[in-house]
Amino acid sequence: MKVKSTDRILVWSLRAASATAGSLVLLILCFLVLESVEGITRVGAGRFLNDPGWHPSQGAESEFSLVPMIAATIASTIGAILLAGPVGVLAAVFCRFYAPPKLARAFRSIVELLAGIPSVVYGFWGLVTLVPLVRELAPPGASLLAGILVLAMMIVPTVALLAFAALKNVPPGHLEGATALGLSRWTTIVKVVFPSAASGLGVAIVLGTMRAIGETMAVLMVCGNITKVPSSLFDPVRTLTANIALELGYATQEHRAVLFVSGLALMIMIVLLVFVQERLQRRARLA
Amino acid sequence: MPEPTRPLVSGATLGAGRHGASQNNLADTVFGVLVWGSALAVTAGFLWLVGEIVVSGFGAISWEFLTSEPASSGRAGGISTILVATLGILGICLAVSIPLGLGTALFLSEFSQGENRMGRFVRASLDVLAGVPSIVFGLFGNAFFCVALGFGFSILSGGLTLACMVLPILIRSIELGLRAVPNDYRVAAAALDLSKSRMIVRVLLPAAAPGLIAGLLLGIGRATAETAALIFTSGYVDRMPESVFDSGRALSIHIYDLAMNVPGGEANAYGTALVLVGLLLVINFVATHLVERFVSGRIQSA
Repeated sequence: MKVKSTDRILVWSLRAASATAGSLVLLILCFLVLESVEGITRVGAGRFLNDPGWHPSQGAESEFSLVPMIAATIASTIGAILLAGPVGVLAAVFCRFYAPPKLARAFRSIVELLAGIPSVVYGFWGLVTLVPLVRELAPPGASLLAGILVLAMMIVPTVALLAFAALKNVPPGHLEGATALGLSRWTTIVKVVFPSAASGLGVAIVLGTMRAIGETMAVLMVCGNITKVPSSLFDPVRTLTANIALELGYATQEHRAVLFVSGLALMIMIVLLVFVQERLQRRARLA
Repeated sequence: MPEPTRPLVSGATLGAGRHGASQNNLADTVFGVLVWGSALAVTAGFLWLVGEIVVSGFGAISWEFLTSEPASSGRAGGISTILVATLGILGICLAVSIPLGLGTALFLSEFSQGENRMGRFVRASLDVLAGVPSIVFGLFGNAFFCVALGFGFSILSGGLTLACMVLPILIRSIELGLRAVPNDYRVAAAALDLSKSRMIVRVLLPAAAPGLIAGLLLGIGRATAETAALIFTSGYVDRMPESVFDSGRALSIHIYDLAMNVPGGEANAYGTALVLVGLLLVINFVATHLVERFVSGRIQSA
């Protein structure tokens, strides 16, 4: 069959579009690396962990410890996923196995609406409602705990929607078999449904974790932004993402470069999690 | 996907045999309470959040609020300049991401069947792109568009940064839309000796239109909700932008700035948040309904 010339132009322009879209990630990585180089060579990678504190714009006396921010990012992510993981999965179980069809549909729309609310609105809501509540427990209010709560609230919809998709993929035969055996609802879900949907549920948790690590606005607005390793849930903290958002505006030279280093670190964490997620997804598809 | 037969066991009948296994009764009850509790917690959180924004934001919104310029750092006045800047950023974002996204989605769904190496590379890199945190897009946009290309803090830089950010979601949903078009259409077009390009323009795109629009709306929603990627690309000047090279403040950044940096800006922050949430709810609602209508329509005709 003869290939028409308009078709040839079309195919090549489509290829060009895909090549552009496909190489964006590489472009982003290149720029992050390029801008970080000065930070890594002039400051030295060891100082990100060993400096006594974060005082980035004081000339020769600058200190570049990223430890408080890394600690804050890890603590808030773990806290959020510990809360949002179980709640999200159970909400999906509710939607799939407990709620009557009409209620399930209504509940699903609520979760979808929550997923569409912008992070800055979550942050604002946390600032005006949660922070004063936490302040009553223990001042100052803007704290790791407030950050964990807002983050958890943000990632519950992500976890719930993906977990629901995973539960839907459990073969109906499994459920019929469990019923035929006279298993209770609890036993069926825990012993039959969860093992069968394990990979899919894993994907839900991993994607939730990715959102929590990368979230900026919500934690920026409720965490207090103090660069100290937190010793309790009520201490104010500053995450890696919030640190970039707060300081890129005025950072110059090494300071700016170190901010790009922390961006690069975030990017590497995300790439690793994407790999884990794809592994799980492939296994979910095979199961 | 059409449901082949009604499943024998649905949620309602699951565990019908629980009376036979009485030692599980307690565990069953506890688990049920946890499940209902989680659902209630999610619903309560939703009502609390939306209720707070609607109740406190409603008073701030008026025609006046939407059409007048912000005064005294946003404490007084309205959000007209903010709306214009948001539209400008969105316009740039769509002008770049639609052709790129449509082209890539067409390539992935129509020209890279099977295990094509380029298709696999593009897909993998889009998967990573979808996970990149928005603040990292902000870093990249600042280094690339603002500094390296010399656009400075401008609506153009912000729009281009957002274009990179919405590409994965745009491509994924457009591709889904294209794949939902039955293969018969393509075969019939080939039998009529239509060229590939005519087939795409005359058959594929019209048939997939609702899916494409839904994908577009999801992209718009994502772009409108974004804040962190814009702080260091489009900036936060709240004057009326005169060209795409001017800095402009998006709705989401206005909320952030009023809440964090402007004492006494809370009332207008609520108002702006209500406008933003309202816009997004409408966009997402229309998008999901288009998708559902589209998918069920396909199944009936196939």
